[in-house]
Amino acid sequence: MNVMSNDPYTTADGRRIGGVLMEMKNITLRFGGVVAIKDISFDIREGEIRAIIGPNGAGKSSMLNVMSGFYTPTEGEVWFEGCPRPQMRPYQVARQGIARTFQNIALFQGMSTLDNIMTGRITRMNSNLLNQALWWGKAEAEETVHREAVEKIIDFLEIQHIRKTPVGRLPYGLQKRVELGRALAAEPRILLLDEPMAGMNVEEKEDMCRFILDVNDEFGTTIALIEHDMGVVMDLSDRVVVMDYGKKIGDGTPDEVRSNPEVIDAYLGVSHD
Amino acid sequence: MFYREAGDFKTSYLSDSQTFPIRFDRFRYYAVLAVAFGVIPFLINDYWASAVFVPFLIYAIAAIGLNILTGYCGQVSLGTGGFMAVGAYSVYKLMTAFPDVNILIHVVLAGMITAAVGALFGLPSLRIKGFYLAVATLAAQFFLVWLFNKVPWFYNYSASGQISAPERTLFGVALTGPNTDASVKYLVCLGFVVVLAWVARNLTRGTVGRSWMAIRDMDIAAEIIGVNPLRAKLTAFAVSSFFVGIAGALFFAVYLGAVEVGEAFGIQKSFLILFMVIIGGLGSIFGSFAGAAFLVLLPVLLKNVLVGGLGWPTDLAAHLELMVVGALIIFFLIAEPHGLAQLWRIAKEKLRLWPFPH
Ligand SMILES: Nc1ncnc2c1ncn2[C@@H]1O[C@H](COP(=O)(O)OP(=O)(O)O)[C@@H](O)[C@H]1O
Ligand SMILES: [Mg+2]
Repeated sequence: MNVMSNDPYTTADGRRIGGVLMEMKNITLRFGGVVAIKDISFDIREGEIRAIIGPNGAGKSSMLNVMSGFYTPTEGEVWFEGCPRPQMRPYQVARQGIARTFQNIALFQGMSTLDNIMTGRITRMNSNLLNQALWWGKAEAEETVHREAVEKIIDFLEIQHIRKTPVGRLPYGLQKRVELGRALAAEPRILLLDEPMAGMNVEEKEDMCRFILDVNDEFGTTIALIEHDMGVVMDLSDRVVVMDYGKKIGDGTPDEVRSNPEVIDAYLGVSHD
Repeated sequence: MFYREAGDFKTSYLSDSQTFPIRFDRFRYYAVLAVAFGVIPFLINDYWASAVFVPFLIYAIAAIGLNILTGYCGQVSLGTGGFMAVGAYSVYKLMTAFPDVNILIHVVLAGMITAAVGALFGLPSLRIKGFYLAVATLAAQFFLVWLFNKVPWFYNYSASGQISAPERTLFGVALTGPNTDASVKYLVCLGFVVVLAWVARNLTRGTVGRSWMAIRDMDIAAEIIGVNPLRAKLTAFAVSSFFVGIAGALFFAVYLGAVEVGEAFGIQKSFLILFMVIIGGLGSIFGSFAGAAFLVLLPVLLKNVLVGGLGWPTDLAAHLELMVVGALIIFFLIAEPHGLAQLWRIAKEKLRLWPFPH
């Protein structure tokens, strides 16, 4: 397999990787004097699992925030489906088919699991206010259709038992899972996961790994994820971007990255956390 | 064991998301409606209408309106009184300018005008939050009262500066004006309450309601998953003001008949309705009713017991009322932000297990 050419190929485990779906071109991001990202370029191909790794403070979350439209890069462009992305509000980026989870759980604490995940489908709902006020016409039909889709996600993530529970009452691991469900509900073209396994015990991590692989496998969703656990990254991902101090210091298959001396120096050799 | 959901299986997603999923709740709801429409109108007299039922119904509408904005969408407003005034003056201008159009239509139109005004005053919410937004809505409150006092066109150049509702009828029955029967006032308000509570319930269980709650719980995450914050906040302001405007229109046209703006729709009104929402329960439609009932009944009760029963001076009873309300606000803010509605929910959960606590 030659992952550096842009031709579609099939992975060893039989998943199909297509052309470039999203491309970061010379992204620089500054906060006042702090340079969080320095001139980084990489691409994400359709159907692949792309990991971003690096020590704390390397700029990984900032990169994800640029991808999801929450930060506008100081310099550089984000290309999506072959076009440069114009200046957009985050909710418009979401409507393009980009969904994400957060490093610190960002669920809607006052709402139930079901309502949280239903909210994830908001980009697909468009009945008007009057219809909703009278629970009439499109509103009712739409609610049923989307509820069915959400129930599939609830089954997929094995969280039927907490459907009606306010998420604030759930343990951490389950909250992470609900947050994944909310992102999945959008049926995104690309799913961005910011440390989906941080703070989980071994069993929860294994579950989460399985869900990520299944999402990619069953729905063909492209995934970009940030993760600290090197073992997990090596198992999950097709290609890895390595960041350090805002710079890209490595990019390639897990094996290539693992044998890159600069990466070994900066990250793998020294334990940062 | 009186109250249970066991054996009450849902066979479709629609029946699962209905308003009263438990059969017992549904029956109780129908029973309340039957009494409200079938019994009370025959028993009601002027005292009960003007001291209890009519203000309760009108405040319930206003409280639902404010609850949509504050309880569901998380945007604090201290401008409720001012928006009620917009509803009142709108209905007044409409009923005097178009006397042939039915008053009920005017009330709804007044709600729509208030919705537009509310959305306008909601614009700052796109930039500012919390305390600063509260101050901005407070400014709206004072501005609106000042406006209706200052510009004579609003009160049709009347010498007193007051507005008073002329008689308007439906099928020959007076709905407004001095000759309106107590039972008619009650039924008009009840009709609006039932329809509007149903509308509020529909809105809060669907997409728009979820987008409001998402903004309330975490606005940044909401926007990133696709909620348009502009749309969510402005619809909340507009819908909320629609309810508040109708409440103001009814308060003036049906309940009082004549008002002076500062007195009827001053800042005290904004606080009263905010207290109803806090005591009743933020983010609950049932709580809006509970809060309105509580703050309408409390003074009536205290007056009857303390002044009528124990012979206390009126002002002492009034002060005691303020202290009780103040203490309750503090209690609910600290101990139970979800208000009476939550206490009721907890009681129901207990009842469901009773008499087997485990
Ligand atoms: N909103 C912000 N304002 C100022 N500095 C920020 C902001 N977000 C991130 N940074 C800085 O950017 C750098 C990268 O942070 P981050 O992207 O969170 O790293 P990582 O996710 O790799 O741990 C850090 O030095 C951090 O302090
Ligand atoms: Mg991070």
